[in-house]
Amino acid sequence: MEKLFQKFDKKEIRNVAILVIGYIFITILIKGGFLNRQYTSLLVPIAVNIMLAVSLNLVTGFLGELSLGHACFMSIGAYSSAIFTVNTNLPAILQFIIALVIGGIMAAIFGFLIGVPVLRLRGDYLAIVTLGFGEIIKSVLIAMSGITNGAKGLSKIPLYSNYKNYTVVYIIMAITVLMITNLVKSRDGRAICAVRDNDIATESIGIKVSSYKIRAFVISAFFAGIAGVLYAHNVGIIKPTTFDYNQSIEILVIVVLGGMGSIQGSVIAAIILTVLPELLRGADNYRMLLYSIALILIMIFNHSKIKEGLMENRTLSKLFQKKGGVENGTS
Amino acid sequence: MLISILEQLINGLRTGSIYALIALGYTMVYGIAKMINFAHGDIIMVGAYTLYIGIALLNLSIPISILLTVIVCSVVGVAVEKIAYKPLRNAPPLAVLITAIGVSYFLQSVSLLIFKATPIPFNSVINLQSVKFGSLNISGITIVTLIVTTISMIILTLFINKTKAGTAMRAVSEDKGAAQLVGINVNKTISMTFAIGSALAALAGILYICQYQTLKPTMGALPGIKAFVAAVLGGIGSIPGAMLGGIVLGIIESLSKAYISTELSDAIVFGVLVVVLLVKPSGILGKKQNEKV
Repeated sequence: MEKLFQKFDKKEIRNVAILVIGYIFITILIKGGFLNRQYTSLLVPIAVNIMLAVSLNLVTGFLGELSLGHACFMSIGAYSSAIFTVNTNLPAILQFIIALVIGGIMAAIFGFLIGVPVLRLRGDYLAIVTLGFGEIIKSVLIAMSGITNGAKGLSKIPLYSNYKNYTVVYIIMAITVLMITNLVKSRDGRAICAVRDNDIATESIGIKVSSYKIRAFVISAFFAGIAGVLYAHNVGIIKPTTFDYNQSIEILVIVVLGGMGSIQGSVIAAIILTVLPELLRGADNYRMLLYSIALILIMIFNHSKIKEGLMENRTLSKLFQKKGGVENGTS
Repeated sequence: MLISILEQLINGLRTGSIYALIALGYTMVYGIAKMINFAHGDIIMVGAYTLYIGIALLNLSIPISILLTVIVCSVVGVAVEKIAYKPLRNAPPLAVLITAIGVSYFLQSVSLLIFKATPIPFNSVINLQSVKFGSLNISGITIVTLIVTTISMIILTLFINKTKAGTAMRAVSEDKGAAQLVGINVNKTISMTFAIGSALAALAGILYICQYQTLKPTMGALPGIKAFVAAVLGGIGSIPGAMLGGIVLGIIESLSKAYISTELSDAIVFGVLVVVLLVKPSGILGKKQNEKV
């Protein structure tokens, strides 16, 4: 938390300004009646996807480990908070705050449990273990039908975070984005990026690789859990099968399309990939096909001679350099 | 009680040998290309649908349909390697893994577009009477599965250890650069590995579809992942390990389904994976590799 307020440089002020402008923009659209029901109902899913994508980006983009169980953290947040709100009787505000805390912390605890194998594994194995954990959680949720109502799903969850309360959702989303942005820029964030680039070299200069891996995992799980809480209290009914492998892949697609290691990219991709399916309702069957082709092409392009050539000719980097130079000059 | 345990063990052996066939593909590809071919499970699905097309839509005879299935799967496997994985041969593992997931999704959504999401019922092509040993009943499918698996494993082992192409495969998996220096065509060897792995997956797909008798676009995902668990359990990169891992996993699954809980059997299978990776990440028969800087 300290790091959130430590130093406000121009970039951070700009980020906050963009978020505030975004909020004012949405409010004008809603109050002015420019958005119909279909689009207002998309506001919360967009925020949830932004949070999921940004938190997954921390693990996949910055730490460089592929997690295929992000939806599992989301499900833990959703279920633990929903079980709490369905079974207790408190004033709405208090109940929602406690639900957020429970969802986030439970997900973080599981993030820690899953983070421990991370210490011993990397790459391919890690991806499979996260996938395996996701399946384990899903079957356990189905098997614990006494508490979770099994495969039928938990229903009658109070709608604390639906589109009527978009302000609350927006604030939580904004805090998530700002905190992860600041974390990545901090000393810890640079350590996490160093682990990605070369973990042996990182260890040799005295950075505790395992500790940073666990930290990144726990933080990522925490925010995914909060996203799960918002999700559960938006739709009102949750089923274990909602949070399966496909959901994890959809989040991964957002991160990869937005650019691994780019938070702005994740935010933009999350908005586009939530709104686009709604616009292209008829082509829903082709959505997954397009996603899969996009995944393959982006990966091949990123490591192709064409991109190398572009980088060497500096056609792209010149553009970026100019822009960067101007920014540095003014700050 | 004893009979019921024996029956469960035989069931486990049947499912386990299907896992073993799939796991061989994972292990061979991992040994040579150092990547997890996530799309391997979906090759099973391709195989099952091809068999369905051959028998139900084109009215071909059973042996020809099976041959067609094996050929189609090998071609798909090699095509995937050439198109998606070859450009990424020197890319970081994360990029290759994401591509493999993309390929897996691609195959699933293509079959979803062609065959729709409703499961298609399919009658088994294996019509063999069950055999009775006293009160122990062994179904025809079980016998065929065990025979097919044993024969393919023997052929594979002989191929890898006795033929020139098999030796080339082992050489490439040991050291790609050195293999190239002694005149082995690395690209061709890698393609051949994908072809053999996919052919085994085709056989597994045929046996799997005869056992479960429904076709779905996502049917390959779960056996694929479980076979991967089997490959890790046995020690990834090791061929006897994949066989052993598959059978052990099949027996664990069948026993936990029968005596613990049907719902939790998947959780137990993945629990085994987590425990193995924590206790002995190199698997039962795997070689321990030291990290190099």
